[in-house]
Amino acid sequence: MDDFLAARSQMALSLGFHIVFSCIGMVMPFFMAVAHYYWLKTNDVLYKNITKAWSKGVAIFFATGAVSGTVLSFELGLLWPGFMKHAGPIFGMPFSLEGTAFFIEAIALGFFLYGWNRFNPWFHWFTGVIVGISGLVSGILVVAANAWMNSPAGFDYVNGQYLNIDPMAAMFNDAWFSQALHMSIAAFVATGFAVAGIHALMILKGKNIQFHKKSFKIAAVFGAVAAIFQPLSGDISAKDVAQRQPAKLAAMEAHFHTEKNAALIVGGVPNPETKTVDYAIKIPGLLSFMAHGDTNAEVKGLDSIPAEDQPPVAITHYAFQIMVGLGMIMMVLAILYFIALWKKKHWQNSKWLLKFFVAATPMGFIAVEAGWTVTEVGRQPWIIHGVMRTADAVTPMPGIAYSFYLFTAVYVSLAAIVIFMLYRQINMVGQLYDLPADVKPKRD
Amino acid sequence: MLYVVIIFLWTAILLYLLMGGADFGAGIIELFTSEANKKQTRKTLYQAIGPIWEANHMWLIIAIVILFVGFPVIYSTMSVYLHIPLTVMLLGIIARGTAFTFRHYDAVVDDMQHLYNRIFVYSSFVTPLFLGIIAGSAVSGHIDPHAPDFLSAYVFSWLNWFSFTVGLFTVAICGFLAAIYIIGETTNESDKKRFIRKALVFNIAAVICGALVFIAAFIEKIPLIDWVFGNITGIICITAATLSLILLWVLLLKGKTQILRILAGFQVTMILLTTTFRHFPNIVLFKNGGHLSLMEHAGHEKTIEALGIALLAGSVFILPALFYLIYSFQKKSNAYPK
Ligand code: HDD
Ligand code: HEM
Ligand code: HEM
Repeated sequence: MDDFLAARSQMALSLGFHIVFSCIGMVMPFFMAVAHYYWLKTNDVLYKNITKAWSKGVAIFFATGAVSGTVLSFELGLLWPGFMKHAGPIFGMPFSLEGTAFFIEAIALGFFLYGWNRFNPWFHWFTGVIVGISGLVSGILVVAANAWMNSPAGFDYVNGQYLNIDPMAAMFNDAWFSQALHMSIAAFVATGFAVAGIHALMILKGKNIQFHKKSFKIAAVFGAVAAIFQPLSGDISAKDVAQRQPAKLAAMEAHFHTEKNAALIVGGVPNPETKTVDYAIKIPGLLSFMAHGDTNAEVKGLDSIPAEDQPPVAITHYAFQIMVGLGMIMMVLAILYFIALWKKKHWQNSKWLLKFFVAATPMGFIAVEAGWTVTEVGRQPWIIHGVMRTADAVTPMPGIAYSFYLFTAVYVSLAAIVIFMLYRQINMVGQLYDLPADVKPKRD
Repeated sequence: MLYVVIIFLWTAILLYLLMGGADFGAGIIELFTSEANKKQTRKTLYQAIGPIWEANHMWLIIAIVILFVGFPVIYSTMSVYLHIPLTVMLLGIIARGTAFTFRHYDAVVDDMQHLYNRIFVYSSFVTPLFLGIIAGSAVSGHIDPHAPDFLSAYVFSWLNWFSFTVGLFTVAICGFLAAIYIIGETTNESDKKRFIRKALVFNIAAVICGALVFIAAFIEKIPLIDWVFGNITGIICITAATLSLILLWVLLLKGKTQILRILAGFQVTMILLTTTFRHFPNIVLFKNGGHLSLMEHAGHEKTIEALGIALLAGSVFILPALFYLIYSFQKKSNAYPK
C-alpha cells in the first residue's frame, strides 16, 4: 500500500470510528434527560433504571469517543502536516471554541455519572442536559471546520500565500449551516434508530418488557421525528453542493454530461469509460429541479471539470445512493410509527412494527458513514476545495502503511470490545434492574 | 494577546502534568504495588480520580488545539519528526482511557477484568514515558530537518539518552504526584502509611531520574546545566524546589495532607518553569542550531487575537465549573464511602 493511500485510509478509518461515538455522545444525553425527567416527575423507578442503564452504556461510549477524538487532533498533524501548517490558523476558530465545549461536557459528565444521591435532583438532571447541549455544540463546531474544507473562506490565496486571514469568516463559511444542520439531525436519526432497534429486539425476545417498552418509545420518538426532517435538510445540502461544488454533485449523481432538464439517476452502475450509467432508473428533470429548483435548469456534468480535478465517481455515487435510500426507508418507518402512535394504537403491540425497527437498527449509522464518504471522497482531489490538493498535504514520513495496519488492528479490537460490553450490559438488565421497586439495585 | 495565548499554553501543559500526571501516576502506583494490596489500592485510586478523570485529560487537548491554531509550524514540524513517539503515546492514550472505563463499567466481573487491569497499568507507564520523550526531544537538538536517511530523520530524533531519561523522570513525577494526592484520600491508617511510603519511593526515584537527565545531557552535549543554573530565575526556582523538598519530607513523615499537595504541585511547577524559562520562546531546537520560536512562528495576528479571546471566554465558563466539580467530590468523597 503506498503511503498516500495509507494516510487517506487511516484518516477515513479514524473519522469513521469516531463519528459513531460522537453521534451517541451528542444524542444519548437527551434520551437520558427525558427518562430522568419522568423519573423525577412520576417516581416510577423503571425510569430511574432506564436512565442508569443508559448512562452506563454512555460512559463506555463517551470514553471511547474521547480517546478517538484525542487521536484525531494529533492525526491531523501526523498525517497532513502540509495542510495543518496553513489551515490551522484559518479554520482553527471552531476548534478553539470546541475545546471549551468539550471541557464543559467532561465536567458535566463527571457531575452526572458520579452525582447520584449527592446533589439536588434537579441540579443533577440539569448536568445531564448540559452534557447533551455541549456535545451538540462541539459537533456543530467541528462540522463547521470540515465545511471550511469544502467551502474555503476567510482568507485570500495569492501566489501560494494565505493572506488577510479572518477566522470568524472562515468559521461561518457558506457550507457550515447546511452541513451542521444535516449532521445534527443525522446524529438523532442514527442513534434513535439504533437504540430503538435494540430495545425492540429485547421486547420481541420477551425480556423485561416494561423496561424495554419505555426505553423503546423514547428512542423511537426522537429517531422518527429526526428521520422525517432529514430528507428536507438533505435537500438543502444538495442545493448547496450544486452551488459550491458542482464536481461533487456530478459525482454523487454520476452525471457525466452537462445538460438542461437533467434526469435524476437512481441506482445503476456508473461506467467511467463509456461515461454512462447502466441499469439505472432515470427520472427526467428531477435532478435539475433538486439542484436548482427548476426542471429546465442546466446541471454541470463531469465533462465540464478537468480530468485531474474530478473526484472518484463510483464510490461517491454508491455512497450517495445508500444514504438516500436508507433515509427514505427510515422516513417511511417513521411515518408508520407516528400512525401507530396517533391513529392505530394496536400497531404498537404488533410484532411486525417491532421487527421493522429491529431491521433498521444499523441503518442510521450506515447512512452517516455513507454521507461522510460522499462529502469527503466527493471533495477529492482537494483537501481544501480549489486551493490545496490532498497529495500536497500528506506527511513526508515513509512507512505510513504500517501505522495504518496498527490503527486498524486497534480500532477493530476496540469495536469488538465495545460491542461485547454492550451485549453484557443489555443481558444484565434483568439482574440489575428487574427488582421490586423497594429493593435497591445492587451496583448503584 | 500573544502572551495571553502563550500563558494559556504553558498553563495547560502544567495542569496536564499535574492533574493528568497524578492520573497516570495512579496506574503507575498500581503497577508497582504487590499483588496482595492491589485490590485495596485500586479502590482508593478509583474513588479519588473517578469523577475528574475525563476533565484531567482535556488539558492535553487544549494544549494541542492552541498549538495547531496558534503555532501551526511548530505543531506540524513536531508531528513530522516525532511521528513515531507521538503514535506510541496515542496508542497509550487509547489503551488507557478505554481500559479504565471498561473495568469500571463492565456489567460482569470476570477474567476480562484481569485484561483491563493489565492494559491500564502498562499504558499508564508507557504514555507519560513517551510524553516525556517527546518533550525531551523537542529541546534535545536531535531533530534534523536535513537528515539524509529515515533513521536519523524519524528515529534518532527521539531515540537518544536525553529524551529517554526525561521520559523516566516524567514517569517518576507522575507516580510521586499520585501518591501525594492519594494520601489525603485514604480512609484508614494502614493505607495512609502505605501511600506515604510510596510517595517517598517515587520521590527518591524522581531525584535519581533527575540526576540521570543531567548525566545524559552532559554526554550528549546538551547545555542543560547552563539552562538551569545559568540565570537567576533558574537558580531561584531550583533552590525553591530543593528547599520545599526538604520541607516535604518532614511533612510527609508527619502525614500532613493538604500542604503536601500544594508543595508537590509547587515543586513540579518550579521544575517546569526552570526547564522552559531559559530557552523561551524557542520550543523546538534543531540539530543545526536553528529553532522554532513561539514569538516568530506564531500564527497571524487576527488568529492569535481570536484564539486569545476564545480562551479567555472559555475559562470564564470552565474554571468555576471545574472548581465546583473538584470541590464537591472532595468534600463529600468520604461521606459516601460505598
Ligand atoms: C442518518 C443519516 C443520514 C440520512 C438519512 C441522510 N443523510 Fe445526507 N449526510 C449525512 C447523513 C444522512 C451525514 C453523514 O451527516 C453527512 C455527511 C456530511 C454532512 O454534513 O452530513 C451527509 C451529507 C449529505 C450531502 C453532502 C453535503 C456536503 O458535502 O456538503 C448531501 C447532498 C446529502 N447528505 C443529502 C441527503 C439527502 C437528499 C438525503 C435524503 C434522504 C439524506 N442526505 C439522508
Ligand atoms: C466524522 C465524520 C467524518 C468522516 C466519516 C470522514 C471521512 C473521511 C474520509 C472517508 C476521508 C478520505 C477521503 C479520501 O481520501 O478519499 C477523509 C479525509 C479527510 N477528512 Fe474527513 N470525515 C469526517 C469528518 C471530518 C472533519 C470534521 C474534518 C476536519 C475538520 C475532516 C478532515 C479530513 C481530512 C484532513 C482528510 C484527509 C484529506 C482528504 O482526504 O481530503 N473530516 N475523511
Ligand atoms: C463531523 C465530525 C465530528 C463530530 C460530529 C464530532 C463530535 C464529537 C462529540 C460530540 C464529542 C464528544 C465525545 C463523546 O460524546 O463521545 C467528540 C469528542 C472529541 N472529538 Fe470529535 N467530532 C468530529 C470529528 C472530530 C475531529 C475531526 C476531531 C479532531 C480534530 C475531533 C476531536 C475530538 C476530541 C479531541 C474529542 C474528545 C473530547 C472529549 O473528551 O469530550 N472530532 N467529538
